[in-house]
Amino acid sequence: MNKPIRVVSVFCLVLFMALLVNATYLMYVRSDDLSKDPRNRRIITATFSRERGAILVGKDVIARSVPSDDQYKFQRVYSQPFKYAPITGYFSWFGQTGVERSQNSVLAGDDSRLFVTRLVDMLSNGDPKGGNVQLTVNAAAQDAAWEGLENLPGDAQGAVVALEPTTGRVLAMASTPTFDPNNFASHDFGEVKDVSDRLNADERDPLINRAIGTTLPPGSTFKLVTAAAAIESGNYDADSMVPGGYKFKLPQSSTEISNHDGGNCGGNRITMTQAMEVSCNVTFLSLANELGTEAMADQAEAFGFNSTSLEDLGGQASSLYPRDMDPPQTAMSGIGQSNVTATPLQMAMVAAAIANDGDVMRPYIVDEVRAPNLSVLARTDPQSISKAISSSTAEELTKMLVATVDEGTATPAQIPNVEVAGKTGTAQSTPERPPYAWFVSFAPANDPKVAVAVLVQSSDTSRDEIAGGRLGGPIAKAIMEAVINR
Amino acid sequence: MSQTGNLMAGPLMTFVHRRRRGAELFLLVLALAVGIGAYAAVGLGVEGVVPADLVGYGGWLTGLIVAAHITVRLVAPYADPVLLPLVAALNGLGLAVLRRLDLTYETLGQSHTFARQQLTWMTVGVILFIATLFLLRDHRSLQRLTYTSGLAGIVLLILPFVPVIGRDINGANIWIRVAGFSLQPGEVAKVLLVVAFSGYLVLHRDALALAGRRVVFVDLPRGRDLGPILAMFGVSMMILVLQNDLGSSLLFFGLFLAMLYVATERPGWLVVGGLMFAGGALAAYTFVGNVQRRFDIWLHPMDYYTDPGTSFQPVEAMFGMGWGGLIGRGLGNGFPERVPFAYSDFILSTIGEELGLTAVMAIVLCYGLIVERALRIALISRDGFGKLMAVGLGAIFALQVFVVIGGVTGLIPLTGLTTPFLSYGGSSLVANWVVIALLLRISDQARRPAPRLDPVDDDEVDSESTQVVKLR
Repeated sequence: MNKPIRVVSVFCLVLFMALLVNATYLMYVRSDDLSKDPRNRRIITATFSRERGAILVGKDVIARSVPSDDQYKFQRVYSQPFKYAPITGYFSWFGQTGVERSQNSVLAGDDSRLFVTRLVDMLSNGDPKGGNVQLTVNAAAQDAAWEGLENLPGDAQGAVVALEPTTGRVLAMASTPTFDPNNFASHDFGEVKDVSDRLNADERDPLINRAIGTTLPPGSTFKLVTAAAAIESGNYDADSMVPGGYKFKLPQSSTEISNHDGGNCGGNRITMTQAMEVSCNVTFLSLANELGTEAMADQAEAFGFNSTSLEDLGGQASSLYPRDMDPPQTAMSGIGQSNVTATPLQMAMVAAAIANDGDVMRPYIVDEVRAPNLSVLARTDPQSISKAISSSTAEELTKMLVATVDEGTATPAQIPNVEVAGKTGTAQSTPERPPYAWFVSFAPANDPKVAVAVLVQSSDTSRDEIAGGRLGGPIAKAIMEAVINR
Repeated sequence: MSQTGNLMAGPLMTFVHRRRRGAELFLLVLALAVGIGAYAAVGLGVEGVVPADLVGYGGWLTGLIVAAHITVRLVAPYADPVLLPLVAALNGLGLAVLRRLDLTYETLGQSHTFARQQLTWMTVGVILFIATLFLLRDHRSLQRLTYTSGLAGIVLLILPFVPVIGRDINGANIWIRVAGFSLQPGEVAKVLLVVAFSGYLVLHRDALALAGRRVVFVDLPRGRDLGPILAMFGVSMMILVLQNDLGSSLLFFGLFLAMLYVATERPGWLVVGGLMFAGGALAAYTFVGNVQRRFDIWLHPMDYYTDPGTSFQPVEAMFGMGWGGLIGRGLGNGFPERVPFAYSDFILSTIGEELGLTAVMAIVLCYGLIVERALRIALISRDGFGKLMAVGLGAIFALQVFVVIGGVTGLIPLTGLTTPFLSYGGSSLVANWVVIALLLRISDQARRPAPRLDPVDDDEVDSESTQVVKLR
């Protein structure tokens, strides 16, 4: 009977080999695919149970995980929830947004840069810990931004972005209305669902980070781009005489566009600086008309329009300067109307580029990635995206913008003993809704430390009182002061 | 026919197996290190502290294993030295994993004491193991029980259909409930059936082997000898259709076929049996919706993920094992509770998730070694009955392990079978301990120096020296 026993042995060997091969296929070859399956709740549950890393602003811990005694070992806590919600986003069992999402692999401890930490955790059988993320945000600037938006009259919707012109570091980013990410971090998933449904249904869109996610006509603040294109064309400088007057007749049309206040900008021929000071519509309509769509679009794109650049946060909308506009639309685009739309981030980038000798720096908000023991694993290096304008153009524009703050429409942003460059904007969308108020600025003009864009999308201010200077100016001023007086 | 006499006349006759009890003890220490170490690791991984009862628990486990070892030394000194350590390691690991699951279920508000109950069952198993070795000094005495155990096996298989005591648990009619205990009679039946098959085949092997005709290189058996295979086929199909249990069906029929083949040395039986089973399974697939559905779920598990009661379990198990990867998440760091019945049929997914592919391979190799030892025992055994029993017990092990691990890892359609020594379940654990006792008994007989008329050898093992050794 030994021969068949040997046959049976070989047969058993084959069976067991099949088991081994199949187990290897399942647990090694398919391992990644299975872990990526969205229905696999293990991954999210694991990150939910783990000690997730902290998000830091300066020395402030704005998001951290504290031990919890329910079925998940840790509870995410946001110390200044509303102020930082647009940046941190939320971390819920159902998903993440903001930095919680973009830096998830670091915070969860899965990032390859945390390999050594993970190895130590594994060998010591300790629970894996996530790494920490240090943001570029300046706490004082963020406070000023948040308070500015909070103190707007009524139920205001608005957003603020402040950048460090020379690096692209995001110094402040606030959006209102906002939400409390602590509600999303709850371990009561029914409650999370309710909160999420309620916020998603809210027509004021509290979940949207308006600083990067809302594009609106930039209004007069876009005159910076128009002026930049004009000076770059080589035919203009700050002292060049440009058309002023009461009205501009759009090409191929009988429509005439007047100035904001219906005045004549101080004459039929004025200097470009004067035009900027009074935000003369006629001047910039005619400049855009003269330069044409091509030149205008090239200039806008050099500043970052038609693309996204901030990689540290999701939900970024691309600011648009369409290339297929007809002459009347092109003329209208010169004053930030027509089909031109921009995010507050984009307008801050325009201001920052002018402040930074024309160099557009890539905005970033994650400064350092740190191990759980706070040793630095990686630091973000500033990176130039493009040279939007020449240094001399930047100088000319700065001159004009300083004059605008000193003597023009942007006076609310004046800071004693500091040279401030700024521009207001008031953009019309549809007649039945109030216009948007914009304000972009940077300071000090001779050695820029901060560039700011403020957008007030709607507030309870009466229609005639709305002007970028009045609503946005004080906010921008407070942020610039916070950075300069650091 | 290779008669036992031929073996004794060959050169093997001069070869004397060493007892290797010291080696067994050494391996047992390693096995205990696995079991107790895993128990400590579970405490550390889940609760962050070494379990308070580690000493008591470790002592109990050590006591059981040492008792088994001493028994082997006393009454089966020539028995195979590898089997007991393999079983001890598997049983110990199983207990630790059950403890880990208990702790998790506790946090979910359920109170289970799988580990404690399993330890009780292990104690019963070891007691029966000891009793078997003490009471059964020669496995050949079981040959007298051929028809008794055959009848008892069939009765046990049918018991779950008896209205009052039968229980349908989780869709499989394989349970009975007696005096407050749920039992799986199939686990006991398979041991009884091995005994019955061995006895029957030893007696009838010549008739089954020699008569028949040759058709295209294959010797086919005579029609009139097809009786037993038809009977076994009937039983298997009954289990498949009525109990909805492909695993057991495959197990019993495969077992019978393997033993028939070994007894007769005629591959023709495999051809006939294989065709019959394939035909039966095809018929069941065609006419029994349940089987069809199960097959479909096996082929496309991901499509049925959200259907409750279908592929949620195997898919979750795959997610878990995939997440475990090469070295696992560490005991206590996975989510085995996401897989329904992680403590019984799907215990391997828990192990895969928390201890990784490495542990799964180690476990498969442990089972492989158990099968290998069983077949080796069959090879060296001197009597046909012992050979067949060893083959049968080895084949049961191999088939059961293949069916359950293959099912959990998605190699074959899922069936409800326990993972020997690992899964929670009293009937299975106790029956498997007895299986190991039987294998050790046969191997003791096989490895023992052949009794001689030379009186010098006799004083060493005088109780055995007086017994009659049948040489047929």
